[in-house]
Amino acid sequence: MTIVEKPRPDAAPVEAEELSVVGKPLPKVDATAKVTGRTRYTDDLRLPRMLTGKLLRSTRPHALIRRLDVSRALALPGVHAVLTGKDLPITYGILPVSQDEHTLALEKVRYVGEPVAAVAAIDEETAERAAGLIEVEYEDLPAAMSIPDALVPDTPRIHGEGSGPNVDRVAALEFGDVEAGFLEAEHLREDLFFFSGNAHMPLEQHSVLASWEAGKLTVWSSTQVPHYLHRTLAKVLELPASRIRVIAAPVGGGFGGKSDPFSHEIAAAKLAIVTNRPVKITLTREEVFYAHRGRHPVLMQVKSGFTADGRITALSFRNILDGGAFGSFGAATTYYTGALQGTTYRLPAYRFEAVRLHTNKPPCGPKRGHGTPQPRFALECHLDKVAEELGLDPVELRLRNAIEPFSQTVNHLRITSCGLIECIEKVVEASGFHDKHGRLPYGRGVGFAVSAYLSGAGLPIYFNDMSQSEVQIKVDRGGGVTVYSMAADIGQGSNSVLTYIVAEVLGIVPEDISVVTADTDLTPIDLGSYSSRVTFMAGNAALDAARKMRDLVVEAAAEKLEVDVAQLTTAGRRVFDCDDPEHGLEWEQAVHVASALRAPLVTAGSYRAPALAGPYRGSGVGPSPAYSFTAAVVELDCDQETGMVAVDQVWVAHDVGRAINPLLAVGQTEGSVYMALGEALLEQQSFRDGLLESTSLFDYKSPTVLEMPEVHTYLIETIDPEGPFGAKEAGQGPLLPVIPAVANALYDAVGVRIDEVPITPDKVLRALDLAAKGKLGRVGPKGMPAFDFPAPYRVEPPGEALP
Amino acid sequence: MSSLLLVELVVNGEPHGVAIAQQRTLLEVLREDLDLTGTKHGCELGECGACTVLMDGEPHLSCLTLAIEAEGREITTVEGLATADGLHPLQNAFAELSAAQCGYCTPGMLLTAKALLDANPAPTLGETKQALSGNLCRCTGYAKILEAVSLAAERMGSRR
Repeated sequence: MTIVEKPRPDAAPVEAEELSVVGKPLPKVDATAKVTGRTRYTDDLRLPRMLTGKLLRSTRPHALIRRLDVSRALALPGVHAVLTGKDLPITYGILPVSQDEHTLALEKVRYVGEPVAAVAAIDEETAERAAGLIEVEYEDLPAAMSIPDALVPDTPRIHGEGSGPNVDRVAALEFGDVEAGFLEAEHLREDLFFFSGNAHMPLEQHSVLASWEAGKLTVWSSTQVPHYLHRTLAKVLELPASRIRVIAAPVGGGFGGKSDPFSHEIAAAKLAIVTNRPVKITLTREEVFYAHRGRHPVLMQVKSGFTADGRITALSFRNILDGGAFGSFGAATTYYTGALQGTTYRLPAYRFEAVRLHTNKPPCGPKRGHGTPQPRFALECHLDKVAEELGLDPVELRLRNAIEPFSQTVNHLRITSCGLIECIEKVVEASGFHDKHGRLPYGRGVGFAVSAYLSGAGLPIYFNDMSQSEVQIKVDRGGGVTVYSMAADIGQGSNSVLTYIVAEVLGIVPEDISVVTADTDLTPIDLGSYSSRVTFMAGNAALDAARKMRDLVVEAAAEKLEVDVAQLTTAGRRVFDCDDPEHGLEWEQAVHVASALRAPLVTAGSYRAPALAGPYRGSGVGPSPAYSFTAAVVELDCDQETGMVAVDQVWVAHDVGRAINPLLAVGQTEGSVYMALGEALLEQQSFRDGLLESTSLFDYKSPTVLEMPEVHTYLIETIDPEGPFGAKEAGQGPLLPVIPAVANALYDAVGVRIDEVPITPDKVLRALDLAAKGKLGRVGPKGMPAFDFPAPYRVEPPGEALP
Repeated sequence: MSSLLLVELVVNGEPHGVAIAQQRTLLEVLREDLDLTGTKHGCELGECGACTVLMDGEPHLSCLTLAIEAEGREITTVEGLATADGLHPLQNAFAELSAAQCGYCTPGMLLTAKALLDANPAPTLGETKQALSGNLCRCTGYAKILEAVSLAAERMGSRR
């Protein structure tokens, strides 16, 4: 493999003992606000004369709107405005290639729950009653509720005219010669897997408050992406962006579910403009399930070739995604189902084909892991089966093919720091995997899997050559420091991470720092809290701005102290001569001096990822300035009578680069394990006759504290050469290996394969029953529907020579 | 407006007179009339525990409680946990261990945990899990929450 880049000398690893804030298990900067109920989430905000908005939603999965009469609603006392699709005719969508949504349905509806009209009234009760008075006549069209439905050749199109299969996106890429790799293989295997759709289920329902005052619109929202909401509002409302201010209030959980611009946000803004009064819309829990943008259901066909000693010769994936009614992030998701397979394994040749279909269901989008947990589940279960057939230990099979640090993947992704092998060794040893695998009593088993994830998407969502994150720092004459960033704290702790980085560089304490974030009027650009990008990208921008501020203060202090600048260091709220620590200034004194000699004490920093996209169309999805790596072992019990699976313990090791705060990194890891277990065993979006069944927290089953096993978390620090203080991501990657590790552990426990998540008791019982009858003990998809993929675009893998 | 009822609610030790329609929930009155927005809503159906408050020391789901039912009861919300002397030990433990990520479930968790520790100062892990099983958290995987309850119990025990 090639070494693509040596660590930059200017980013030489800092020894942990030299750090006083970074790496310490400090409380989050907003911890006190959160434990005292003082954090103001969007729905906690009120404005004088505020109206309540309500959306009327479609009751049909696919229908033409034949008549829409709002007159009775408008006549109801207390109603101030009613909007329909005609009032907001401009389309939008998070991706430039998928501008396919209307704020309110125009002419036709495409899923049950799609917004059709919006009402503003004096209170919620009146708004609800008014919505109920709106008369809608639908002419039903056949609805596509599944992958096979969407592929029916003469079905009415969900988007566009006429009929035909409801194809949204197609991708087909081949790196190297896959068929030659299969011919060369001594062992071939093919498997089918299905990953069900599921939801983010943030505890906070989406909420928005809009205010129109003197020609300026202000919008507070529960959003992960204030910048993209800002752009969308400007487009749909036809207002200059300078007349719009978007503020992301503290977000009560996102997980990707608040990364799209939403109908309720635009409708509230428009209602505020037409009524000239503030308008708030808070979704009900049922509406959150309709707004969705959750995990795409994906049907997958995996084929691999191996040498007899367990080395991969070629790998291919064929994926069919059920996208729901709109594009959302789906064009990117489609590519993500193929982009990261090579980040953990050296693949001599790799082919990836995928199609995303439209169906008459709530739109799917990005959920924690964005399009990669599905193929990772398939790949890691597939490899477990291959290992068994080759008579190899499943861990050894991974080790023989593991990707190396500072290398390139078959699809031209640059790997820098990589602790994959350390992660594997840690969980295998800690769990006693080799003493348990294949050796536990029937009904109990262990499973293993690995994964990798992005530390921020290398490319922005819309093409531009600007920075991806900027941070400003202002120092007050009293020594107080304010950090400005558009990064949205969605609970992951980004406000804290920015604070720790700045405190470390300036040699002060977090309490000296205030953060102002996620406000398009006050803060410089950050693209948003998605793709695990904030620690890496906003963190690097903060590091840049802080180093500049440090230079300003230190240069002034050097003049005052009459020592060489290079002699001075900042630590312990002082600026001092490193050879003579007594000779120095208190932080406040140094700031005084700098305010006189170097005013104004304002600096700015920025970050833009290096150009990393490979030489092919579709290469924009997958590149990241760094990848995190994870390995997991799951130990579980399966009750053969009931089919119930109870996970007993999980060991997870995560290469986080460096933990800026280990408490938060462990918390992200534990939360990822929890979410993975929910997806593996319980969570599922289910439909009946076009209706979403799981629209409450009772029907949508998620793990309670009683279902959570003990989780043993290990942070592996590889000190990434480009991450801030060596840090990489922690928020998404640790979810990935846990789901296949559950499936692999179930096989170890009872000898059946459930190639479909969630692994519910009925599937386990069916598989056990099949096995008892002497058939193959497997439940999962039985075939791939026919679809003519285009010939893959052929790309040569990166050569051995240095680029 | 003739249907409005005058109700006196004692919240965090302070009496509040409110005129409310009889169907309004305690959750709505706390948040909208008294501006005590620390109490959260996650489902409106009694499924998530985010709206938990204490009534006479017992955890109740304020989304399923009519405000008029709460008359004459001592209501404690998250805003009433801290005193002039500082945070409640549970609040300190949740903050120190980062048991609040997004923080949205935290008020309900804290009050449920307070009721547990008031009744059972040294709960086993199983007892704590049972007590918190009606409170959903989507961020933490519950691990830090359990650690925080245990830490607070330990500190409160040693203070007695």
